[in-house]
Amino acid sequence: MIGIAAAIMLLGLGRIAGVSGLAARSIGLSDAGPPRIVAMVFIAGLILGALAFQGVTGPIESTYPPSMGWLIAGGLITGFGTRLGSGCTSGHGVCGMSRLSRRSIVAVVTFIGSGMVTVAIVNLAGGGW
Amino acid sequence: MRQAIIALLSGALFGGGLALSGMMDPSRVRGFLDIAGHWDPTLAFVMGGATLVMAAAWLVQRRMERPIADTGFSLPGTDLIDRRLTLGAVLFGVGWGLAGLCPGPGIASLAVNPVPAGVFVISMVAGMAIFKAVEK
Repeated sequence: MIGIAAAIMLLGLGRIAGVSGLAARSIGLSDAGPPRIVAMVFIAGLILGALAFQGVTGPIESTYPPSMGWLIAGGLITGFGTRLGSGCTSGHGVCGMSRLSRRSIVAVVTFIGSGMVTVAIVNLAGGGW
Repeated sequence: MRQAIIALLSGALFGGGLALSGMMDPSRVRGFLDIAGHWDPTLAFVMGGATLVMAAAWLVQRRMERPIADTGFSLPGTDLIDRRLTLGAVLFGVGWGLAGLCPGPGIASLAVNPVPAGVFVISMVAGMAIFKAVEK
């Protein structure tokens, strides 16, 4: 489904379905990308799609970090990093790797690697959850 | 209007796909990154599956002169590997590992799990705003 969604974006609108870029565009923090209303509608669709899925199948299983601090720190760094690196799991991961973009392959290997190191360090420090 | 309908369809399928795949469960994402501990590699198949579908879409794209609802393709370059890219990816990985959420699942969780997802997304937007403020 994620692949089909990204394919619709590419073949329908000629653009990359990169969530970090579209999110920044939708709230006016980026000048690149589609018309702002298109980004806003995509973001709304993301929220509604997950809600509809839950409506059909029942609650989506999810376990969050034990403290809000993880979400605040993770969110801040994710927001800054995805803008600096021009993409996240969707843009570099799904869209970039599938066109064999060297740039995206480097980004994906890097963020999966740094994510693994981060989790390992948190575990070693006794903060695993 | 046509563009908005296509964006809504793409976004909704994306959100449904994230819910289906387990990407909206931070502990599962954490398990995917926990290679030295209780590693759960299943999310790699989610990314792999989506990437395969997209690879087919890129083959179609090469035969199209323009997308269905716009006058041309607006696609980023693929070759530039600089410090911005690598440093940004390092930071994003750290954030992903700390929170167990990346931007898509964070936003998609806003209606389903409003409080924790809201905290993550507001922080992420703040991070994006800080980047905009310091960007040269």
